[in-house]
Amino acid sequence: MDFSDSPEEAAFRAKARDWLDANATRRNGSEKAQDHFMARDADEVARARNWQARKADAGWAGLTWPRAFGGRDANPIEQVIWNQEEGRYAVPPNVFLIGIGLVGPTIMIHGTEDQKTKFLARALTGEEIWCQLFSEPAAGSDLAGIRTRARREGDEWVISGQKVWTSGAHYSTHGILLARTDPQVPKHKGMTMFFVDMSDPAIETRPIRQISGNSSFNEVFIDDLRVPDSARLGGVSEGWKVALTTLMNERFSISVGRASGGARAEELIDLATRVERNGRPAIEDGEVRARIADFIARQRGLEFTSYRVMTSLSRGQAPGEEGSIGKLLLGKLRQEMGAFGMDLAGTSAGISAKAGDDMARWRNEYLTAPGNRIAGGSDEIQRTIIGERILGLPPEVRVDKDVAFSEL
Amino acid sequence: MNFGFSDEHDAIRDTLGRMLSDHATLAVAHECLEAANGFDSATWAALANGGWLGLAIAEDYGGSAMGAIEMAIVAEEIGRSLAAVPFGPVLGLATPAIQDLGTQSQRECLLPGIAEGRMIVTAALAEDGGSAPERVSAEVLQDRLSGRKSSVPFASDASFAIVAALDEGGTARLYLADISDPSVSLSALDAIDRTRSTSEIVFHDTPVELLPGSDPAAIRTLLDGAAVLAAFEQIGLAERALFLTRDYACERQAFGRQIGSFQAVKHRLADMFAKIELARSNAFFGAWALASGDERLSEAAAVARLAALDAVQFTTEESVQLHGGIGFTWAADPHLFLRRGWQLKAELGLADLWRERLLCNLADGQRAAN
Repeated sequence: MDFSDSPEEAAFRAKARDWLDANATRRNGSEKAQDHFMARDADEVARARNWQARKADAGWAGLTWPRAFGGRDANPIEQVIWNQEEGRYAVPPNVFLIGIGLVGPTIMIHGTEDQKTKFLARALTGEEIWCQLFSEPAAGSDLAGIRTRARREGDEWVISGQKVWTSGAHYSTHGILLARTDPQVPKHKGMTMFFVDMSDPAIETRPIRQISGNSSFNEVFIDDLRVPDSARLGGVSEGWKVALTTLMNERFSISVGRASGGARAEELIDLATRVERNGRPAIEDGEVRARIADFIARQRGLEFTSYRVMTSLSRGQAPGEEGSIGKLLLGKLRQEMGAFGMDLAGTSAGISAKAGDDMARWRNEYLTAPGNRIAGGSDEIQRTIIGERILGLPPEVRVDKDVAFSEL
Repeated sequence: MNFGFSDEHDAIRDTLGRMLSDHATLAVAHECLEAANGFDSATWAALANGGWLGLAIAEDYGGSAMGAIEMAIVAEEIGRSLAAVPFGPVLGLATPAIQDLGTQSQRECLLPGIAEGRMIVTAALAEDGGSAPERVSAEVLQDRLSGRKSSVPFASDASFAIVAALDEGGTARLYLADISDPSVSLSALDAIDRTRSTSEIVFHDTPVELLPGSDPAAIRTLLDGAAVLAAFEQIGLAERALFLTRDYACERQAFGRQIGSFQAVKHRLADMFAKIELARSNAFFGAWALASGDERLSEAAAVARLAALDAVQFTTEESVQLHGGIGFTWAADPHLFLRRGWQLKAELGLADLWRERLLCNLADGQRAAN
């Protein structure tokens, strides 16, 4: 058991740092790290593309991708070292996370040679930005319940339906879309995955405003979109298998990326030092101290959990049981810390905010955190996964498992 | 970075786990609960024979000079077994105190006896305000100790105790006391975990020997190390309670289904699992910090302790609940885990103390950085 960098890891870190020093500006102490992967406007998208192209040029893009596809064959720990180092610099949001972390690895496993040639290099350099068109209004946790239909017409497929919660669809150039191609078989068996061009006029994207007031995801309406059969990813009726590859990579991206996301619990110490409670500095209040200490213990636990996951992965093992808990615990912790930050900031100023003040910061944390508890599998779904796959508890009664989708 | 146990470590764990499951069954734990003195001397002797008690003791004193990582494994397996043995007081506190802070003659006189299992040296640090050096009020004047130690585990089985007391300058130090001395009076307490005999000890001018390396900082470090090992013991205990409950949820039927198929039960078991794994991650960091002598040991110990306390309390309470009426009975197993969980909580201090330790530490760190 060793928590420090091995000599190879230290060398990798030094190399990354040298390149970043020469190519980016270090954040100053008060600037927050870039902890989101969504661009807020076209300018941010442009800056993100530019940064990605420079990284790709120097071999720092798609670190864990095989060299054959332009990657660096890096192990997960090196990916995390890179994330840590890049996080010290003022860089644009990583809008390529879905393309490089989720879609790319799915294409590597299920795509044809032509598809690999056509898409992988441009995902890496940032020329193309990807989104994932999976969830629908009636199919979220129960993703296999999707209703978007793809109908075969000669050498083409005609796709119609509606997707929702599609992160980054409004600035993505491409997407992978899960559609129902055979409603006469049970729901998991009749789906197929397609590539779509987001600029096609048959696709309409409408941003959804979240409770934080920001818009990072969208509703996507698809009306008689025609794609050639060559835009199929994986076999006909094998869409579920392809989707599972994407979802597995999503969990991996979350486990190596997200532990450092959101506010640090230590920031609450700083806040509590500056505000008063009951006429004294809040940091002298026993309840305040207890809450902050517990937040720190939980946040450290999540951070160290991600190191355990990486250790498993770098030993060539599947992420072990520990991998499933980070996603479950992160959102709730962030939500509780956000609420507590609001409580602290609110003792002196009420709960209205001024731009850039403590209340604005913690209110944004609080209103962003619910997304962590839902996206990528809700807390409830995670608990069922842990209960059934790890603890071996008897499965839910699934009444729709063996029934043709059209009969549901 | 390499943040997990190796294959060799797993092999150590298997060997010890098998030995413990032969000796320290839950039936034995129930017997210990009924007995006036809960000490499971047969399991302790088996641990000594297997070399487990001397694992971290230097070879010169009859040990095998392994490190904190191996001790963490022993702690976790002992916690899992629920064996009624004094792991924490003897191996978590007294042994490192003697080995790291004592004189050569103290080491020679005590460590071989500990490794062979023929001598129990317990730790008597805590007074009413806890174990921290600033809470000590017992005093030593001219090598004679007077004062009261509120809750000393296994005192009635021990021949010696490592006692925290103030020296003539008012500084907290550690002393070695022979607790069979007539100046020492023991009164047995009704511990929540009756498999762990616990006494109040009063010293009246008891002759003691200083552990010369001890001072308040060394006492804190000693407590940090013990807290890391205790976290592993707590994790072992909590995980066993979880699996016991999982098995029951798979076996028990209600409304025509196994109760583990209901989300109200399944999701609570998942929450137990998540708290245990979170605690394990913090404990890993603690074990690494202890093994490598990293300066973050006290922060690591505090977060390991806090997460372990939370995991144990939640898991053991919900284990009673999910067993339904049977879980509320004396004859069933869940209360054994609940009781041991509270005992382990009491022995190194409640969460409040560790929360303060964590915050004071981080504040010191921030001051140092500025």
